[in-house]
Amino acid sequence: MGSFQSLPDDHQYRTLSQKTGFSLEQIGILHNRFKQLSQNEDTLRNFQKDATGSVQEIGFEEFLTVMSYFRAPAHQITEEQREEIRRAKLRFLFNMHDTDNDGTITLEEYRHVVEELLSRSGALGRETAKGIADAAMLEVASITVGPMAPDEFYEGITFEQFLKILKGVEIETRMHIRFLNMDTTVLCK
Amino acid sequence: MDDTAGTEADKTNPELFTLNYARIKIPFEITLWVLLASFAKIGFNVYHKITVWVPESCLLISLGFVVGGVMHAVRKEPPAVISSNVFFLYMLPPIILESGYFMPTRPFFENVGTVMWFAVVGTLWNTMGIGISLFAICQIEAFGVQDINLQENLLFAAILSAVEPVAVLSVFEDISINEQLYIVMFGECLFNDAVTVVLYNLFNHVAAMEVDEPAVIFMDIGGFFVVGLGGIFFGLLFGFLTAFTTRFTGKVREIEPLVIFMFSYMSYLIAELFALSSIMAILICTLSMKYYVEENVSQRSCTTIRHVIKMVGSVSETLIFFFLGVVSITTEHEWNWGYILFTLFFTLFWRFLGILVLTQIINPFRKIPFNFQDQFGLAYGGLRGALSFALAFTLPNSIPHRKLFITDTIAVIIFTVFIQGITIRPLLKLMNIRKTNRNLETINDEIHKRLMEHTVAGIEDLCGQWSHYRWKDMFMKFNNRFIRKILIRDNRPESSIVSLYKKLELRNALEILDTMSGDISAAPSLMSLYEERKNASKHKKFLPSDVENMHELLSKNMYKIRQRTVSYTNRHSLPNENIAKEILMRRHTTIRSSLRSGSFHATNSANTSHKFCSLPVGQSLNSGFPPGRFRHTDHIDAESETAYPSNRSTFRHQRRSSSKAGIPLRPLNDLREDNEPNEEMPNKMSHPRSKFRHSGHQTSRQYYGTSRNCRDTDFEEQQSSLSPHGWTEEPQNNSDVQHPLMRKPQ
Repeated sequence: MGSFQSLPDDHQYRTLSQKTGFSLEQIGILHNRFKQLSQNEDTLRNFQKDATGSVQEIGFEEFLTVMSYFRAPAHQITEEQREEIRRAKLRFLFNMHDTDNDGTITLEEYRHVVEELLSRSGALGRETAKGIADAAMLEVASITVGPMAPDEFYEGITFEQFLKILKGVEIETRMHIRFLNMDTTVLCK
Repeated sequence: MDDTAGTEADKTNPELFTLNYARIKIPFEITLWVLLASFAKIGFNVYHKITVWVPESCLLISLGFVVGGVMHAVRKEPPAVISSNVFFLYMLPPIILESGYFMPTRPFFENVGTVMWFAVVGTLWNTMGIGISLFAICQIEAFGVQDINLQENLLFAAILSAVEPVAVLSVFEDISINEQLYIVMFGECLFNDAVTVVLYNLFNHVAAMEVDEPAVIFMDIGGFFVVGLGGIFFGLLFGFLTAFTTRFTGKVREIEPLVIFMFSYMSYLIAELFALSSIMAILICTLSMKYYVEENVSQRSCTTIRHVIKMVGSVSETLIFFFLGVVSITTEHEWNWGYILFTLFFTLFWRFLGILVLTQIINPFRKIPFNFQDQFGLAYGGLRGALSFALAFTLPNSIPHRKLFITDTIAVIIFTVFIQGITIRPLLKLMNIRKTNRNLETINDEIHKRLMEHTVAGIEDLCGQWSHYRWKDMFMKFNNRFIRKILIRDNRPESSIVSLYKKLELRNALEILDTMSGDISAAPSLMSLYEERKNASKHKKFLPSDVENMHELLSKNMYKIRQRTVSYTNRHSLPNENIAKEILMRRHTTIRSSLRSGSFHATNSANTSHKFCSLPVGQSLNSGFPPGRFRHTDHIDAESETAYPSNRSTFRHQRRSSSKAGIPLRPLNDLREDNEPNEEMPNKMSHPRSKFRHSGHQTSRQYYGTSRNCRDTDFEEQQSSLSPHGWTEEPQNNSDVQHPLMRKPQ
């Protein structure tokens, strides 16, 4: 499979494999890809100019961990395992939205998500995005909390509520990538 | 003498009544048959329960038996509907057009590999399997059919491999089967029609040549791909042409439906001209043009198109099943117990085996693999129907056992339609097949789905693993950059999230407006939570009576919320709202009422009676909006109209900005500043009209009818009846209660 710049131990791979669930081959391939992206350095630098995330650099292990969230669930797994995997994936998503890591997705954060999502179709102003985010928050509130008293204020979406509203969406099937055992690094830029 | 006197008398007295039957014979008979079939449909649907348990096709065939029996008794021949030309040129295209047009594209493209696999390989498998095993059976002397050679058996097998989805799909839809299975079944049936016809022509050709070498047969299978690809090519060509033409029909809206029908039909005919797969052509034409056409045509044209396609397709289907019944009685049959029974057996056997084997092969490639129940559903749902019937009748007369084949086909069709069609529903229920949860569409779902797609596409790119998301992404980019610019008149890309959001907001607005006519002390409005937080200083609770009032009014209005992604379409009716859910509405309102609370009151403490208006007094509804667009003249499946206002409205508002999306429920003076929001009004006006009519809630009508009287009035009248109705002047209000959505974009 190609040679690596710095040969990691088999042992290191094995621990990674245990942690993330990838097979050794797959880890090898992904490492290759990582090297390609990071130009043979050890870490990926954060390219955003105004990086608000807390991680400036991403090492291979972190890369792999993120990828592991997108693994497909095996065919024969029990309901519990499926539920667990679902939770893990949704947790990942949740953390993705919750940029300040306070455990809730506030309106601002959600707005940010929606704006990013809609920024492609440039014809929209920020107003619509705001409105959509508002409506979405209202929905979450209505579904999870139910009718609230007039003075209550809805803080933000907690993880449990997040789980609840996304019950309808089959995350396991949407959020997964088939990690092939084939080295495709030569094919992509 | 008397005669001449008589004739003279005849000539001199003008006859008052003449019967010139011969002149109108053909149109008359056609009309009569169509009417008869329509009456049958009406009759069956009178008692809904029947069609739940017995598929409509069964009922139609039974009726056909009756009529056939009558005709046979009076020694009259049924019309030659099943002759080759009439069927293939007039009756089949509408059916395919209907299936193609209402195919849910997104699930289809996600499953296209599976669909094609089952359609092509499955059909080939079935044909070969049945053909060869029947040939083996023929060798047995006891059955007395030794003279049927291999080609004829294969030909016959090709006829039998055409699967008919009608009955099965309606059952699937009824029990809300999981989407994957539905789309695979739908797609498979559709495409295997194409494959069957190609195979049939192939074998026909071969059988006519009376060549006994198998090698020739297999060589011609190569031609099969040429035919298929040729069909696809013409389909794409005509789809492109149609979409392009509709770009220019802005001024001549009336001919838009015509353009679409003619081009689709033309694609079918041209493919027939070149002996390519016409079914593929019309299918691909429809699939490709649908998206672009619906963006270009006016809303009424869109409704017309959908409606006409449904109508013609449905009539065609009904007639075919009906004639199946009629002709089964009136033709001469040749019965051969052994052959027919074995045919039945092999049909079932090879279908089951085929599905099993093919699924095993394709399951690893699927994201959601098919489990055993799914496979059973697929296999058992393989009913034969119209196409097999027609193909059997077009068998050339040179085949010695033609009658046997016809009888056999009819036997198989009747067996599958009746026995399998009736029992599939209880069986599937028994097997606890995977269902889909047709829950309410929510903005969150849509957002997250989209988010997932983008995320996964991004991650795939990152780790260098490609899958169909990448293709989809690439295609969308290509689409946006080139294709849309050419084919669409006003190119304004719009995300599905925004469309959905606008639609839901419109509904909200309508609902709020409807609650206006009561005396509510304060109407809720959709406030930004953030703004609310800022203004949360003074809170004033609603009076309990107000809340009760509101709840009561709301509970009288049950909105049926349509699912945006219409995954299932019932073949026998336009997409209608089967589900009555107003949860989202209610919750929205209660949330609003709870959130909204005092800040509004705080600033308008003077007035106890606030009415929120969406129109500044005196302003015409038609500002910037084509008038009469929602003129509702008939009651037929009004929902088809309702989805469109929301969807159409997004495409309509080209020059306007995003603030159109907002519910114009805000103080009047703000509205006076900008003139734009009003065009949403006509949308909203039509909604309750059409929805209420269909929902059948009496209360809604009663409180609605008097104040609005929308049903028969045009919008101008509506407008005038509204403004005196009490859109009161609003007190000066400050900007902090301004709804963010209504602000003009900077």
